[in-house]
Amino acid sequence: MTAPVLEMRNVDKSFGPIDVLHEISLKVNAGEVLCLLGDNGAGKSTLIKTLSGVHKPTRGEMLMDGEPVSFSNPKQAQELGIATVHQFGGTYPLMSVGRNFFVGAEPTKGFGPFKVFDRQKANAIAVEAVQNFGITRITDGDRLVGGLSGGERQSLAIARAVHFGARVLILDEPTAALGVKQAAHVLRIVNEAKRRGLAVIFITHQVMHAMAVGDHFAVLIRGAIAADFRKGEKTREEIADLMAGGESMADLEASIEGYMETHDGHPPAPAH
Amino acid sequence: MTMESTSQTSQPARPSTSQAFSLGALFRRPEVGAFMGMVLVFVFFAYFGYDRNFLSPFGTSSWVNMASTIGIIAIPVGFLMIAGELDISIGAMVPAAKMSMAVACGYYGLPFVVGLLITFGIAFVVGWINGMLVTRTKVPSLIVTLATLFAVSGLTLFLSLLLTDTTSQALTSPGWAKSLFGDYHFWGFQSSVFWWIAIAAVLYYVLHLSPWGNWILALGGDKESARNAGIPIDRLKISLFILTAMAAALSGVCETVLSNSATTTTNFALIFNCIIAVVVGGVLLTGGFGTVAGVFFGTATLAIVQQGIGYTPFDRNLSSLIIGVMLLIAVLMNDTFRNMATSMSASKKGK
Repeated sequence: MTAPVLEMRNVDKSFGPIDVLHEISLKVNAGEVLCLLGDNGAGKSTLIKTLSGVHKPTRGEMLMDGEPVSFSNPKQAQELGIATVHQFGGTYPLMSVGRNFFVGAEPTKGFGPFKVFDRQKANAIAVEAVQNFGITRITDGDRLVGGLSGGERQSLAIARAVHFGARVLILDEPTAALGVKQAAHVLRIVNEAKRRGLAVIFITHQVMHAMAVGDHFAVLIRGAIAADFRKGEKTREEIADLMAGGESMADLEASIEGYMETHDGHPPAPAH
Repeated sequence: MTMESTSQTSQPARPSTSQAFSLGALFRRPEVGAFMGMVLVFVFFAYFGYDRNFLSPFGTSSWVNMASTIGIIAIPVGFLMIAGELDISIGAMVPAAKMSMAVACGYYGLPFVVGLLITFGIAFVVGWINGMLVTRTKVPSLIVTLATLFAVSGLTLFLSLLLTDTTSQALTSPGWAKSLFGDYHFWGFQSSVFWWIAIAAVLYYVLHLSPWGNWILALGGDKESARNAGIPIDRLKISLFILTAMAAALSGVCETVLSNSATTTTNFALIFNCIIAVVVGGVLLTGGFGTVAGVFFGTATLAIVQQGIGYTPFDRNLSSLIIGVMLLIAVLMNDTFRNMATSMSASKKGK
């Protein structure tokens, strides 16, 4: 049994007197998708920032491949192979696909001080990397990224992270602003990353999307892990209820049904 | 926008994809718009100014010379704008450079090279201060450089009076310096014209060919992502501010050597001229997009209008009206071109 690629053990994070994360324990293995579910304000972004080296945990420890690690900045986390892809993050609309792909790591040709950005090489590698992820629509590395769809931009960012040696992929709400088709696109990319043996941490509040790719689920409520289960252990409704904070969703449905029974099948009028 | 989307949907239906390809490739280049604008303005003034020798060597050099003094500064200012910043302290940096040159060499009689070192040293410090203030305080660069504009102009006046008791100073330069920085060459071209071309060539390399250009574009496109990608964004910004101040100093040195004198007057018009040249040249005000060739053509367009009006029967004051209208058209065109650039490439999915 190999050690998980990334693991958090009893991590707390507080900003001054305000506790944001309590006793978070998570682990993600290679070739596995961990879905982090939580409503707005549950502490998801703080958790991401802690994982990606922006924040340091107040207490507890983080391990990579079983070895304790501590990141003093995001760059350090990146060097160890932790890549965070935010919504539309890492793509520049008015730059070409090839230039986008290599921002900060440009391939050059020439010698001495006369190094020239190798446009052809950059375009070729970028297009190939993106196509390997199944985005066959991108064939021209000179195309401006602003002309791509949201899903394609997300895919470009993920392909970029994988190309530059990411081992852990943290995806922050990658499907939130996308349409159904685009979201399916991104989910396929997530599956492809998983197939290639990456450890993926997929943050979302859309249960459907999580169910489609997840192997392991953790529900975050008010900074603590409220539930931790594997694929197939819970139904979609149960997860939605958990995210909303317990039985409230079922309660709401029951109260609406009760109202309809006593009012000739009319739903309650919306509150004014 | 509705116009755009309809034209986009009709694109794939068109049989000749190769035409759509070349058209798309063309519209990706903002300098095309700037170039067409320049040609239009040039033809206009060539027609109305033909009788008064607008096309003569003297007529040509009059606008090229003017373009060069603006253009040397406009390209670095364009770089800053691409990176999402602005520097208006150039209006004070130019007279500061002129006075420091004239005071060091004209008043104190120091060797010319020493004067150059002092002048560019001052420019380096001013640019560094601008850059440090912008990166450390996060105050918008317009405000920071507005502050340094007044600070530098006040300091120039104060020091000139303190050291030399006058606000203008004569300067006689040695022969080599004269021909290098401020002399009239063939056709009446000033030395600064050659500096302009050289700087444009070097900065073309930096923005479009070297990896640094990618960094500048990325910095203006999305600062946070650029930082995450490992680009030293603060150092890059500070370097760009230093580059701009040094370019302003070079323009000032050229002017002083040419006219053999310097005054402390702050050059407010230069600030606007530079910004107009950059925007007409197709650089996006919000950053992330722009070309050296575009700024080059934008500067030429501005100079043709300002100098060319004197060769036509029209009233000289109308040049400002033309420039105002031109600026507005340029900004609207930039938006259109950009929308086309992104939608054109997307329309190629049919291929």
